[in-house]
Amino acid sequence: MSVIAFLIQTLRIATPYLFAASGGVLSERSGIIALTLEGWMLTGAFCAALGSFYSGSPWVGLLCGAGGGVLVAALHALASIRYRADQVVVGIAINLLAVGATRFFLRLAFDSSSNSPRVPGFDWFSAEGGASQQSASVFVSLANPLVVIGLISLPLVWWILNRTPFGLRLRAAGEKPEAVASVGVSVARVRWLAVLLAGVFAGLGGTYLALEQHQFTDSMTAGRGFIALAAVIFGNWEPRRVAVACLLFAAAETFQIRLQGLQLIPSQFVEMIPYLLTIVAVAGIVGRTRQPSALGRVAD
Amino acid sequence: MTLAIRATGIRKVFGDVVANRNASLEVRTGEIHAVVGENGAGKSTLMRMIAGMYAPDAGTLEVGGRTVTGWSTREAIAAGVGMVHQHFMLVPTLTVAENLVLGQEPVRGVQFDRAGAEEAVRALGERTGLRVDPSRLVSDLSVGELQRVEILKVLFRGARILVLDEPTAVLSPPEVQDLWRVLRTLVADGGTVVVITHKLDEVVEISQSITVMRAGETVGHMQTAEATPSSIARMMVGREVKLALEETGEGRQEMVDGGWQMADARGGSATAHSALRLTQLTVASARRADEVAGVSIELRPGEIFGIAGVEGNGQTELIEAIAGLRPVSSGSIHLGSHDITRWSVRQRADAGLSHIPEDRHRRGLVLDYSIADDLILGVQHGFTRGIVLDKERIISNAGERIAQFDVRPGAPDAPARSLSGGNQQKVVIARELRGREFSVLLAVQPTRGVDVGAIEFIHQQLRAARDAGKAVLLVSADLVEVLALSDRVAVMYGGKLVVTLPADKASAEVLGPWMTGAGGTSGH
Repeated sequence: MSVIAFLIQTLRIATPYLFAASGGVLSERSGIIALTLEGWMLTGAFCAALGSFYSGSPWVGLLCGAGGGVLVAALHALASIRYRADQVVVGIAINLLAVGATRFFLRLAFDSSSNSPRVPGFDWFSAEGGASQQSASVFVSLANPLVVIGLISLPLVWWILNRTPFGLRLRAAGEKPEAVASVGVSVARVRWLAVLLAGVFAGLGGTYLALEQHQFTDSMTAGRGFIALAAVIFGNWEPRRVAVACLLFAAAETFQIRLQGLQLIPSQFVEMIPYLLTIVAVAGIVGRTRQPSALGRVAD
Repeated sequence: MTLAIRATGIRKVFGDVVANRNASLEVRTGEIHAVVGENGAGKSTLMRMIAGMYAPDAGTLEVGGRTVTGWSTREAIAAGVGMVHQHFMLVPTLTVAENLVLGQEPVRGVQFDRAGAEEAVRALGERTGLRVDPSRLVSDLSVGELQRVEILKVLFRGARILVLDEPTAVLSPPEVQDLWRVLRTLVADGGTVVVITHKLDEVVEISQSITVMRAGETVGHMQTAEATPSSIARMMVGREVKLALEETGEGRQEMVDGGWQMADARGGSATAHSALRLTQLTVASARRADEVAGVSIELRPGEIFGIAGVEGNGQTELIEAIAGLRPVSSGSIHLGSHDITRWSVRQRADAGLSHIPEDRHRRGLVLDYSIADDLILGVQHGFTRGIVLDKERIISNAGERIAQFDVRPGAPDAPARSLSGGNQQKVVIARELRGREFSVLLAVQPTRGVDVGAIEFIHQQLRAARDAGKAVLLVSADLVEVLALSDRVAVMYGGKLVVTLPADKASAEVLGPWMTGAGGTSGH
């Protein structure tokens, strides 16, 4: 029993990581540090909840969530590409802004400081549909279109990077922007596109969180954007390895949740597991990774 | 004959630096045209405007009779103007083919057509004789191959006017000859070539006409047939200069103003003990365990030992190991009678090791420090009063050095960043030669990016140090410089000294093959 259950739970937990890491790979390979993944996700989650609540359709929520991610990504691109601000400073500022702004609009829209009312999600085979069995829960998971899109997001990113002209320019922009400029291609345009596309992916990651829980709660991303960024680094900016890293982190988290149920160790320690693993993974492996040469460098 | 390029009255200002003022250029279709001038004369800036990378602030630019002032890179490429940059504009993580088609990628459906790109590149290589495997990663290529790819890259975009910025700076003599062959073929096919260089013998060898620039301005234009290296140099600097080339074989005892004690140290050069002794020195780099693979050198007081070779053959690692900046894997380093293999940088310096580093921006200077502060780097512990720096002595020390080495402009509190490359290098040399007692000098690329006038001065200083009984280990990618200064010459290739000769047996012809690794087979 529990192997399948474990895998399903891992998959559900991995979905937001896969989305956010896809955005992270796109942005970072083009040379823009994806420190704001967290903020993109959080904004995406809020916008998804808002859209789903007012329209009653999770699909509208999905579009709004993607749009929310793009919106914040555009802000990030504007500051770091157009105005050449320090990308780390911009990243921290935008993450803080996203927390504050979602909290503000949460109060404005739903008159609450903690969470939104229940919003429609993608539950085509709802739990009360009778199936409480394991086999049905496979269905329930895979019937969520966001899980499916999440699963193909990193392969899609791989295809964009390695099989399209845009991907070639994107990789070149992240390694040696001067070379791209010297052949008459606008580095700024390539990076803008990369960051906006990254915003779509990260926004969808937030959307999944909101729609799966049927509500937006304050700061609900809880560091998932940073874990996704750690997966990008751990995976050496290579979509395939990043996907493995996301699944690994998700498996660790699943393990932690199961372990918590057993009450063997104080739960506070168990809750640290995914974050500790992130630190260990990034610190232990970072000597062997090679980041894009022009990461974080906009001015010549 | 028609003009391929015509620039008149070009002015370009960056911040408060005037890069070009009243610069002009006329290049005929079908010729090889050399643009020469000291560093900072504004050559590269002018070329970049022709290639569409910057727009001029004033003046007009015509290509093929059409006014194109302020055009974009894309427009320049479309009009057949291609630039090969001094620092290669290639993406190391992409393949040769990917680099070549970047910006003009062939597609199949929405996908990048990699096979089509490789085929196109292979065909171009066949047609031009510039053969490089299109599927190789650029990071795996040698410098000569990189340059071939750069040239292919602009040809792929249909360039008929080729602008090359210092193309020979990193090439070995045989690679330079290959390059000349390629350029001559291009011109024979009706192309036009503009070459920036400051190696005057190359100008005379390759070009048909010459434009000379000084301080951002075009100061002369001549036909190569009527020019000699010294007449070009005179126009570049604006006064007579002694070229390194002319001094080979000359008497080496020439006097230098500046107050060296010319004690009769030369006579003592046969003394038994060595100033610096390397024994089977092996040094690792990030890339390989034997970047320096068992090098032994015995350097005597009063000699200049020159190491020639194409860059990237372990010279940097060798010098860093001697200076204490990089750990030694095996072997030993003796300075005089001390085994300094495990000593710190400070201990080595205090024991008499001076170091003119390869990259003055990275290791030689703190660019944002004042000239006075840069002049005491590494000897700052000699300029203290209690626990604070003695400002007065630092300033008076600076005044003295600035006067001795003619650093201009000579304000001790100006940041080093504000100086030209040549004057920055003078600051480094003043500190390393006069700032401390030393017996051994490591001089690495001492005249890189330095103008002709300053080169002359720096060479004098190195000779004077030798004549004062110091041992000098000279590393330079410029073979002419090594030959002009050294008493003994070695070639470094693949981490080893593959050949060592006394100066009178060494020449570019003899050493050239060793520099490409062909010395053992075809060199003899």
